[in-house]
Amino acid sequence: MKYHYYPGCSLEGTALEYNLSTQAVMKSVGAEILEIEDWTCCGASAADSISTLLSLVLPARNIAIAEKTDDVTDILVPCSACYLNLKKVEEKTRREPEILEKVNSILNEDHLKISSRIHVRHLLDVIVNDFGPETIRHNLKRAFTGFRIAPYYGCQCLRPYVVFDDPEVPRSMEPLIEAAGAEVHPWNMGAKCCGASHMNTKMEVGVKLVAAILQAAKGADAIVTVCPMCQMNLEAYQKKICRHQNQDLRMTVLYLPQFIGLALDLPPENLRIDLNLSITNGFRQKLKQIKDSRDATLNYSRTEMHKNQQINY
Amino acid sequence: MNPARNLKRSNETVQASVNLAPVQEMIRSCIQCGTCTGSCPNEFAMDHTPRQLWRMVLMGLKDEIFQSKTFALCSACYCCTLRCPRGLPLTEAMEALKQIAARENLKQYKHSVQFYKTFIQSVRRHGRVNEMEFMTLYFAALKNPLTPLRFAPLGIKLLSKGKVSMLPSIMRKRPLESIFRNVAALEERL
Repeated sequence: MKYHYYPGCSLEGTALEYNLSTQAVMKSVGAEILEIEDWTCCGASAADSISTLLSLVLPARNIAIAEKTDDVTDILVPCSACYLNLKKVEEKTRREPEILEKVNSILNEDHLKISSRIHVRHLLDVIVNDFGPETIRHNLKRAFTGFRIAPYYGCQCLRPYVVFDDPEVPRSMEPLIEAAGAEVHPWNMGAKCCGASHMNTKMEVGVKLVAAILQAAKGADAIVTVCPMCQMNLEAYQKKICRHQNQDLRMTVLYLPQFIGLALDLPPENLRIDLNLSITNGFRQKLKQIKDSRDATLNYSRTEMHKNQQINY
Repeated sequence: MNPARNLKRSNETVQASVNLAPVQEMIRSCIQCGTCTGSCPNEFAMDHTPRQLWRMVLMGLKDEIFQSKTFALCSACYCCTLRCPRGLPLTEAMEALKQIAARENLKQYKHSVQFYKTFIQSVRRHGRVNEMEFMTLYFAALKNPLTPLRFAPLGIKLLSKGKVSMLPSIMRKRPLESIFRNVAALEERL
């Protein structure tokens, strides 16, 4: 499987671990990813608030560059905000020829053109539908036995375009979590909004939304996310929220490919859990225990094997 | 009444030239059912509910719309768009109101406008956004020395982990210049 890869700006900075772990997991399941050459910002949520046309042309430029490679038709996007911006171009230009024409008239000066041939796909969609829980089960090296994981989907990979999951009650991450040996934390906050950029512009509102999510995650060992904005909102303000709510709401928050990468025992330098902002000591301890117990099992089976060999001899 | 609704409003009036017609067109067939309000995660912080806002838009109550914080509180979760029984593009209509506020430089919307504008400036300059440069420009534009303090602990944490760099990633010079120029030219003509 080959994919164009659009990391987006966050994955070069605050979400570096999402970038590295995505690439590591994709490689380990045999996918080939080609980073779009000289890619540029998709406009995030900012272009939309300034000009509709700009909000379409900025992502379209990246699709146009990807279209130059003939045999690869899917663009893999891990960031939900980038995903929606690129997806919007795919959907709108396919439905409305006059938008396609307008966008191309602007791209023309840079000798670029889109023809709505490309499929924009979210990382979660690709993991679930192109590889699936079976691939994880097959390559599982470290089962998350005794762990409870809360799947958090956020908004923009689910809505408004309904592509790979139920936009109200999403469940696509559940088989993946179970394939990794963990239990799914039962909650109904998986598709609730984290406030997006409210944390920067209207913090008092953002804090309330995130507090409700962390509150509902109580009892889980970790929240797993598929968007750098959700990840940052859920992990970065926990101290403030605990103080504000006057209770302990600290919670480990991991990116989905980091979680899968741990289960596949990929090298730590490719998962960079050290870059996450809210890994609790409890989570670290528990993780060490499953690793130790696996070492013990390995040692045990090695001695067993040795014994058997001795008997055979 | 919800005490959160008693928000301070500005007394700003909007230019008569502001054209609400495209937004009215988007929500013309609103039946005032309130599904949008019931779906909105930010409704608790709004002075007017989304349902009330759509009525105000149809009635052309410009001053009231732009004195209200409602559209600025939309976090683009698309729940209302997904659920609207009339299939109206409500999130896009919120964005259209944000675009008007940005163009008109409305005081009430200052924080968000500065946030978006500095973001786009950074993108125009480098092609990709540099988070450190962008937040620095944003704080400078707000001219409030206290705002950055709220983010200082996080900024230090991110710097120490090497997750934000002080230098923008090196790219071809202004790769988006022609796009920005052509979009502006085309919109000027509209």
